[in-house]
Amino acid sequence: MPKWFMPLAGVNAVMFAAAPFIIARADYEATMGLVQKIFYYHMPSASMFLLSAVICGIASARFLFGGSPRQDRLAHAAAELAVLFGAITLVTGPLWARKAWGVWWAWDVRLTSSLMGWMVAWAYLLVRKYGGPGSDKLAAGLALFGMANVPFVYISVNYWRTIHPKTSVVPTLPADMGTALWFSFVCFLLLFTLLLRLRVHLEEQRARLDALYLSLDE
Amino acid sequence: MLKQTAKTRRHSGIFGVLLAVVIGIGVSAQQPQPQPAPPAATDEFVPISQLPPQDQLPAAPLLIGAYAFVWVALFGYLLSVGRRLTKVQTEVERLDAQIAKGTRA
Repeated sequence: MPKWFMPLAGVNAVMFAAAPFIIARADYEATMGLVQKIFYYHMPSASMFLLSAVICGIASARFLFGGSPRQDRLAHAAAELAVLFGAITLVTGPLWARKAWGVWWAWDVRLTSSLMGWMVAWAYLLVRKYGGPGSDKLAAGLALFGMANVPFVYISVNYWRTIHPKTSVVPTLPADMGTALWFSFVCFLLLFTLLLRLRVHLEEQRARLDALYLSLDE
Repeated sequence: MLKQTAKTRRHSGIFGVLLAVVIGIGVSAQQPQPQPAPPAATDEFVPISQLPPQDQLPAAPLLIGAYAFVWVALFGYLLSVGRRLTKVQTEVERLDAQIAKGTRA
């Protein structure tokens, strides 16, 4: 592992410990009250979900057209993180919606396209695990569809009638809400970077193990 | 001719019965049904904080549930990656040692 990993992991742990205090100090939203504070974890995890789908897609395209195993390992790691952060987004969202909208789930375009993106990430991992020989390229093709879904998820709230808040909400937040949100966002971004590096390292070790088994057979 | 007339009479009899049934259903459906009393109308906006307690959904369990899920998911994933990494690294070290032993021999 690189030298920067452990110090950054320590910084990230401290930031995550401080985040609830910063979030608690932010003002209450006028109509939703306490439950709106789910937003400070929901929005950053949703951003990491979309970021991992984009990284998975770009790395998969580079693997498909360039054949680099390094890119394949990166895509595999990013797909797993897309499943993790997608799960967080799809669980925290309904918990917030139950109070704010009165329902756990609505087949609204933002929610449905997010669910589709999450299922594509799952499909990627399942194909990799059970697809047999050649499944890496098949999964890479799937990842391109997962990436193509990302702009659709992002702009959907601005183009279709939906109950989900629009993307214009974030830039118009009051100062203390904005501080709490961006602090939380940096926490999640740093965590995402660390987890991605750790997960790529696992793939590198697996590749090394395969190489060792091959050299033993020869 | 006589047979045809009897058949026509029988058909018109059946038609008449059916018509009577349909009209009967229609008339009974049009009769005013006793309506349940409508809920008392509110003529002004009621803030969620001023709703009666039975209509309020507590926010704290939802908020705690969301934050707990995030922490458990992240911690669980970190543990899972750590466990997989330890397993692979142990195997790599074992094979490295085995190859080194074989080269020396």
